[in-house]
Amino acid sequence: MREMWAIFKRELQGYFATPLAYVFIIIFLFCTGAFAFYLGGYFEREQADLKTFFDFHPWLYLFLIPAVAMRLWAEERRVGTIELLLSLPVPLWAAVLGKFLAAWVFIGIALTLTFPMWLTVSYLGDPDHGVILASYIGSFLMAGGYLAIGSCLSAITRNQVIAFVVSVVVCFLFTVSGLPIVIDFFAVWAPQAVITTIASFSFLTHFDAITRGVIDLRDMLYFASLMGVWLVATAVIVDMKKAG
Amino acid sequence: MTAASNSMIAIGNLVKKFGPFTAVDGVSFSVAKGEVLGFLGPNGAGKSTTMKMVTGYLAPTDGTISVCGHKMDEETLAAQRLIGYLPEGAPAYTDMTPLEFLRFIANVRGLKGPAAKAAIDKAVARTEIGGVLEQAIDTLSKGFRRRVGLAQAILHDPAVLIMDEPTDGLDPNQKYAVRRLIAEMAPEKAIIISTHILEEVDAICTRALIIDRGQIVADGTPAQLMARSRYHNAVSLIMPAAQSGGVAEVLGALPGVAAVEAQPRGEDAAFTVFQPQGAEGDTRLIDEIANLAKEKGWTLRTLYREPGRLDEVFRRLTRPDTETDASGEAA
Repeated sequence: MREMWAIFKRELQGYFATPLAYVFIIIFLFCTGAFAFYLGGYFEREQADLKTFFDFHPWLYLFLIPAVAMRLWAEERRVGTIELLLSLPVPLWAAVLGKFLAAWVFIGIALTLTFPMWLTVSYLGDPDHGVILASYIGSFLMAGGYLAIGSCLSAITRNQVIAFVVSVVVCFLFTVSGLPIVIDFFAVWAPQAVITTIASFSFLTHFDAITRGVIDLRDMLYFASLMGVWLVATAVIVDMKKAG
Repeated sequence: MTAASNSMIAIGNLVKKFGPFTAVDGVSFSVAKGEVLGFLGPNGAGKSTTMKMVTGYLAPTDGTISVCGHKMDEETLAAQRLIGYLPEGAPAYTDMTPLEFLRFIANVRGLKGPAAKAAIDKAVARTEIGGVLEQAIDTLSKGFRRRVGLAQAILHDPAVLIMDEPTDGLDPNQKYAVRRLIAEMAPEKAIIISTHILEEVDAICTRALIIDRGQIVADGTPAQLMARSRYHNAVSLIMPAAQSGGVAEVLGALPGVAAVEAQPRGEDAAFTVFQPQGAEGDTRLIDEIANLAKEKGWTLRTLYREPGRLDEVFRRLTRPDTETDASGEAA
């Protein structure tokens, strides 16, 4: 535990020690706002909710989160600090979890800073605060999912560009697995059960459910187990690399 | 070497394969408290790979590693707690300052509050990095970075210290300081260093291993290794080139001389007179040459008995393509 917090603290500090944190947060805030107002037609809908704001989160995360995740392990491998980290008396899970949590909290901070959107909508009308809170929680959970995938793929390579590109592709598949682009590919030949299973992997399906204001245990469980599986995979890959 | 009972590091038949390539091929050795073991070998010989396995960063393909009785594969964390490690190139989190970095290491190693502060202060003083504590590591010179890495390694006063090229990139003054630091810590620890600098072996190591292509090709004290040199016990002399005509023949005619080599050195000429193998500890030759010089009126600039040359032993043992009889007493 102690080791995990030490790593968590170091990593989180690391984000703010470089321009990365500030650049990321500014771009994140700018994009969430711009997408909601311009692409989402926030005002045209004349509804006091943040639906247009949250609708774009999966697509934004698709590119922004692999950008955060790509450095998690690839950077350590490139610089050589991984040798230091793994020769310190730190259990592997503590290193994997500490790094992941730091990145997740960092994204959480960026997400929290979008609160003026909520203030605006509260000022303009009378939104359902429960739905907004649920959507924030859903968005944060989804961010964790993207991040866990990125963490695992970052552990595979020392090349951050590869880590980024592969993460975007895998995240994309997870995002759209409920949409025709993926389903049609299977629909012709696969049995219905397989298709339902694939569709149930979709971030969009689960995220949409939450943004409607229903925090279903199944959706929570989906994101939690998704993170769990990818983080275990991260640990397995880091450990496998030890064996050379 | 020393009794197995007080050995703090015990390595048995260590093997590491990367795919079809065998980087380390059956290496065994042990290091006792008070010993400074030097790893010598050409680039790619398996020195760093061995160190990476001893510190638990790489898992061996085969073999055993035990640190103060803790097996690395079973009690990894217990073993790692006892080790201080300076990896090759002294990697560090460059966005941190040395102080933040050392605090992080102290934190991970379970040092808190005053204990952490005392440990950091001591490591900082020992490595003389007090002047750059608040500066980001990526703005530091190579020498300071190396010393930050060193401070990190000795922070928790480890029983076992493993350093991969600790003096690489340091200027002569810094090299001297690091060697002094190692010598200072040596009595209380078991230390392994790797180096390319042969003089370093003589300066700080109590024992040296020469590794080539993943195997130990020589194991002994620096003096023992030097005794394997063909220069061991040879007598070298330097005299003005003007006087050197016919000297080689005269020297060669002395009793108990196996060969004479001559080398021009600017205005001087250098001669090395070899004794036959097995003339250990024989000082008569140097006396004879001194008498001869007096007799012939040679002006000797230097006259000394060679202890042996490590670089020559190193070259001979690590280039089996030129001499195949060198595998001697491989461990």
